[in-house]
Amino acid sequence: MTARNLYRKGLNNVMLTLTGVCAFVTVSTLFVILAYLVYNGGKSVDFDFFTQLPKGTGELGGGMANAIVGSAEIIAIASLIGIPVGFFTGVYLSEWGGPGYCFLVRYMCDLLNGVPSIVIGIFAATVLVKPLHHFSALAGGFALSLMLIPITAKSTEQFLSEVPRSLREGSLALGAPKWRTIASVVVPAARKGIMTGVILGVARISGESAPLLFTSFNNQDWSNGMRDPVASLPVMIYSHAIAPYDDWHRQAWAAGLVLLTLVLIANIAARLILTRGTTTRG
Amino acid sequence: MTSPSEATVPDSTQSAQSQPLAQAAAAQAVHAQAAAPKMRAKGVNFHYGAFKALYDISLDFPANKVTALIGPSGCGKSTFLRSLNRINETQRGTRIDGEITLDGEDVLAMDVTSLRRRVGMVFQRPNPFPKSIFENVAYGVRVNGLASRSDLAGIVEKSLRRAALWEEVKDKLSESAHALSGGQQQRLCIARGLAVDPEVLLLDEPCSALDPIATAKIEDLLVGIKDQCTIVIVTHNMQQAARVADNTGFFLLGKLIEHDRTDVIFKNPSKRETEDYITGRFG
Repeated sequence: MTARNLYRKGLNNVMLTLTGVCAFVTVSTLFVILAYLVYNGGKSVDFDFFTQLPKGTGELGGGMANAIVGSAEIIAIASLIGIPVGFFTGVYLSEWGGPGYCFLVRYMCDLLNGVPSIVIGIFAATVLVKPLHHFSALAGGFALSLMLIPITAKSTEQFLSEVPRSLREGSLALGAPKWRTIASVVVPAARKGIMTGVILGVARISGESAPLLFTSFNNQDWSNGMRDPVASLPVMIYSHAIAPYDDWHRQAWAAGLVLLTLVLIANIAARLILTRGTTTRG
Repeated sequence: MTSPSEATVPDSTQSAQSQPLAQAAAAQAVHAQAAAPKMRAKGVNFHYGAFKALYDISLDFPANKVTALIGPSGCGKSTFLRSLNRINETQRGTRIDGEITLDGEDVLAMDVTSLRRRVGMVFQRPNPFPKSIFENVAYGVRVNGLASRSDLAGIVEKSLRRAALWEEVKDKLSESAHALSGGQQQRLCIARGLAVDPEVLLLDEPCSALDPIATAKIEDLLVGIKDQCTIVIVTHNMQQAARVADNTGFFLLGKLIEHDRTDVIFKNPSKRETEDYITGRFG
């Protein structure tokens, strides 16, 4: 009896230690990355980084103002396409779809979500860059929107299906048509959750570099419009990090820190929206 | 004529509480019941997938009367109620046959939104929309395009008064409906239903989540509004049926065992099952 108890107690301790150590590894990895990035990036980020254009090869100084604006432009294009398409797909999945077709759509969303981002880049290059003979912000935004659609659709569906049935019935019972019920009651009730999902999705795609490598490409200067190649922070990090110049490495660290800060801000904003939202949902 | 509540409520505090109701009920009962019913169900069968929930239900709902549907859990009374405004249809795999009429019109063939405009519903748990108190009441009016912007405030006030909630909320109409207590929320839901001036109001155990004081308020208001609409109420609480209902139908295992004037059902039921249920032998 005591031997059995000892065994149980021992096993319990072993498992507790194991899970604890793994949790520690997860957290500490994140903190090591963060600390390293903050240390290196913090040394490198300066006012010029936000206001200056990149200097020529091998020259010291300069910044990535064009990449910051370019990233914003690409993300805006991606959001304009990806958020509405994803949102309405999610509404369809949650509110209308029959089981068969919905299963297909949901499955496709999961697959699209799992497609390696570089493949999405190749696809976007094939349909938008090759025919136009031009790298463009549009192609980059399109590639990122393909990643944003399934994320938005899945989270929208999830938060809509959490809206209690009784709210839908309450609206329908007043003679409201179904579309009106969805637009005036169901979506507003899930508003905060949907917004959170969208913000997290946008944060997720804003760090992608692979889909942009051969779509929006890169640009050492300001771009001349949506049909021109455009610089972006993730691609800048890539191109600067593999270059053989210390000053470019420095700038890559700075860009990494800026990107991470933006993603972090988006994440915190999303959490705030969601926690404030729970009091009015349901 | 004996009022139903005096006939059946054994507890003196409860019968004292319901005195005004009893008088109102007695006054109503003077009117003949022979007139054409407001709603009529004939031979209604209902299926959830392979499960048959209702067997051949036929029941009339006389105008400006309160009809109570009683019976143990799972007996089909809610299913039947939810067939009357076809809210059951929103569930997949349900099937109904038989005949339901509203003023002689075929409910099952009617445009479902105009049916639900005319036949309102209050649910078991208060389900106010996550909007302001005002917007909750105004919602149905807006959706149905029933009033101009200027009339809206008047309709909202009138509906809240009819639901005996106006005095409690008149200073906080723009606050969230979720800030109200459970009883207030349920009266808000009644006000929301009344705002579109329904001809029939269906209530699905409207007091089951409420305390006795909130329950009494809702029972009072039901009796107060029945001169303007026909009421059908599903209830687990037999005293409640006795207090508010003119007629009562008893359901068991998907069948309507019997229906009659409430006092007859409670004092002198003709079926053994009814007697067993109301005397508490099961259910």
